[in-house]
Amino acid sequence: MVHHFDTVIVGSGGAGLYAALEASERSRTAVLSKLYPVRSHTGAAQGGISAALGNVEEDKPEWHAYDTVKGGDYLVDQQAAKILTEEAVQAVYDLENRGLPFNRTPEGRIDQRRFGGHTRNFGEGPVRRACYAADRTGHMILQTLYQQCIKNQVAFFDEFQVVDLIMDGSTCGGVVAVELATGDLHVFGAKAVLFATGGFGRMFKITSNAFANTGDGPAVCARRGIPLMDMEFFQFHPTGILGLGILISEAVRGEGGILRNRDGERFMERYSPTLLDLAPRDIVSRSILTEVRAGKGIRGDRKIDDYVHLDATHLGRETLAAKLPDITSFCKTYLGVDPAEAPIPVLPTAHYAMGGIPTDVHGRVIMDRRGTIVDGLYAAGECACVSVHGANRLGTNSLLDLVVFGRRAGQHIGDYVKQADALPLSKDAPEAAREWIRRLTDGRSGPHGGHIMEEMQTAMMEKVGIYRNAGEMQQAVDAVKDLLARYLAVRVQDRGKQFNTDLLDTIELKSLLDLSLVTAASALNREESRGAHSREDFPDRDDDQWLKHTLAYLEGDDVRIDYKAVDTSIWEPKPRTY
Amino acid sequence: MKIILRIQRFNPETDDAPYYQEYTVSAAPTDRLLDALIHIKRFQDGSLAFRKSCAHGVCGSDAMRINGKDGLACKTLIKEVAEKDGDRITLTPLRHLPVQRDLIVDQDEFFQKYRSIKPFLINDEAVAEGERRQSQEERMRFDDTTNCILCAACYSACPILGENPDFLGPAAVAQAYRFLADTRDRGMAERRPVLDDPNGVWPCRNHFKCTESCPRGILITKRINQTKKMIRKEEKPTDQ
Ligand SMILES: Cc1cc2nc3c(=O)[nH]c(=O)nc-3n(C[C@H](O)[C@H](O)[C@H](O)COP(=O)(O)OP(=O)(O)OC[C@H]3O[C@@H](n4cnc5c(N)ncnc54)[C@H](O)[C@@H]3O)c2cc1C
Ligand code: SF4
Ligand code: FES
Repeated sequence: MVHHFDTVIVGSGGAGLYAALEASERSRTAVLSKLYPVRSHTGAAQGGISAALGNVEEDKPEWHAYDTVKGGDYLVDQQAAKILTEEAVQAVYDLENRGLPFNRTPEGRIDQRRFGGHTRNFGEGPVRRACYAADRTGHMILQTLYQQCIKNQVAFFDEFQVVDLIMDGSTCGGVVAVELATGDLHVFGAKAVLFATGGFGRMFKITSNAFANTGDGPAVCARRGIPLMDMEFFQFHPTGILGLGILISEAVRGEGGILRNRDGERFMERYSPTLLDLAPRDIVSRSILTEVRAGKGIRGDRKIDDYVHLDATHLGRETLAAKLPDITSFCKTYLGVDPAEAPIPVLPTAHYAMGGIPTDVHGRVIMDRRGTIVDGLYAAGECACVSVHGANRLGTNSLLDLVVFGRRAGQHIGDYVKQADALPLSKDAPEAAREWIRRLTDGRSGPHGGHIMEEMQTAMMEKVGIYRNAGEMQQAVDAVKDLLARYLAVRVQDRGKQFNTDLLDTIELKSLLDLSLVTAASALNREESRGAHSREDFPDRDDDQWLKHTLAYLEGDDVRIDYKAVDTSIWEPKPRTY
Repeated sequence: MKIILRIQRFNPETDDAPYYQEYTVSAAPTDRLLDALIHIKRFQDGSLAFRKSCAHGVCGSDAMRINGKDGLACKTLIKEVAEKDGDRITLTPLRHLPVQRDLIVDQDEFFQKYRSIKPFLINDEAVAEGERRQSQEERMRFDDTTNCILCAACYSACPILGENPDFLGPAAVAQAYRFLADTRDRGMAERRPVLDDPNGVWPCRNHFKCTESCPRGILITKRINQTKKMIRKEEKPTDQ
């Protein structure tokens, strides 16, 4: 079936929904999502959304921008960070005005709490900048935006999974999608397409990300010749639930929680004397791993799955109930631990992709080092790279990124489609996707994707994790290439058409394999340590050689690397200490 | 630990009626029911169909009936069910919604009813200074209802919906309460026609099945009763 719209938005998390609200006011807009919108992983975000409201203590957007740049180890484009933090204040007010139930101060204002790397007066000490709704801030953002879309009668195509992008030269013409309920292939012709498909933590074995976080948007784009930027920077959040990877928000430390090793020592005192447990995530995750490797983990056996304790017992039941109720419930449900009584066993979990589809500050996709725009193609949210997170994102800056750049992209699209002509859709538009699905379901016997998925996740976790070196990353690149070759023989077991989730899982697996390859190759290429990319064989940051963004082009089973300049127009790069 | 999952299967393309199929899986003590389903799908039978996403009880994808009780597969530990009911666990799709395939139900009607209560803040008044004010106490009056993940477990658990499929259902009413009880909302007049209707709030007879089933701990029955009161008196509640 063929549909025609002005605007197609792929993804209905925070970024997609905000863009949809804006774009649908001025153009015929369809939102395609493989999940029901309220199931998107934005709903899992816990801790908060940052904005220098100054509701509880003095704060300024400029301080926020500086923290963002420094937190990102100077790989942040600084004018973009300025926009992010200046527009933050109104963005949070807009959410409140639209009904978001923030926690309140005694004066009835939006309450704010501390989060890692957010400081007052350029690093003097922690500042209360994170606006929050208990520990379900993302849930409330997702709900509020979905509610507004209902109010504005936005057109949704729920459970439609996009599998290909239609390009004519350097102009985008639409997307191809599978309807889950029927198995039918649909073509959506559009003047503008926005990808807002979220993260891809499922590359890794232990992750805070949902099953749906498979990076389909970046993968589809990469296969159509769009480069991916800074993919070597993947954030490992310090505190995932032992064994499961379920996130324990930084808000626990923001409210006063403390990390301790097997001796009960508050080890962050040694690694980050000023910010302690609220140092940026890359630093805390490395510190935990260093403790574990030194035999200071709780078991003390130096193994990679040894862990540390997050102690929240002194916060008191009341604070836990009012400010961290979900986390309390996760610990009780999955660990049988009551955080009011016992410390929580935690270890780092793969959490957030700093890299993604490169865009300018209007969400327009960029295709080369000169910043050439792909007409009609946009990206926003975690799948995009503006870049405001650089080499390491600060907590609460992603939800902010969604609403600020989701909105900006939606507004720009509204203007763009007014003057753009629709591309004529070729009859062949869905052929590549149809051929792929035909192969996967041709009835021949072949291996199932399940084993390939497991091997990929293990290789990425062990060899492209928190600490990296050339030998292991080369092994990861080789392993993923081998898995890509084996993928060609994979066949779908399910013979049905309706809700053939086996087919859709197998398509998602290809997204993850492609992105694993790009990630491992980009990481191997960058011979320095910066933010979340920490190399044992190149332990220092090297601004002379490497103060530049990576642009990685997927070419078959190979990756070609190019670079793009970083905008350092406001602050000179300095050594990063906390 | 070995367990047997007895799962209701149905593929409308090939089956005339639903049937049960048994799978044997070994489970670690911390495994969720969802882990077992994924294990089956990846390594035993790729054709088993169910929804999933977040895997920790916050997205609402995998509500189903577990030994006859509505709940989330990802928030249910296998060992807990097994300790209570034995190591054979029966899984069926949610009730009161058409089955599309295996454990997947069509949630359209559930979402239609949710939409019908206008689940968004209704208030046209200009905001003077950035944010609207709300006291901590006012904020807490509707706190639990903001937890709803629209999983439809309560919809399946509700005995009234078995007799009267046109009843709005517990989640929609609880979400109406979420806004009616919010000091910032002015939407009673707009929502009244849907709520104050023979199929609106009134069919509820306090069976409490919804409250028991809700994986997010929402006091649904209480909120329904408070909504009834508000409709009668047309004023906002003053306590939690
Ligand atoms: C557990 C957790 C806690 C977090 N806490 C915080 C926090 O406190 N503060 C903060 O700032 N950040 C936080 N983050 C990060 C932040 O939540 C995410 O980066 C952000 O929500 C991503 O939003 P998104 O809109 O880009 O994507 P998502 O919300 O993931 O949405 C992606 C959408 O794309 C759709 N989609 C994907 N692929 C396809 C396809 N092929 N076809 C059609 N549709 C598709 C999905 O259906 C979905 O609707 C947290 C992240 C996690 C995992
Ligand atoms: S009220 Fe509870 S059971 Fe009902 S849909 Fe919401 S979260 Fe699910
Ligand atoms: S998978 Fe999200 S609630 Fe169970």
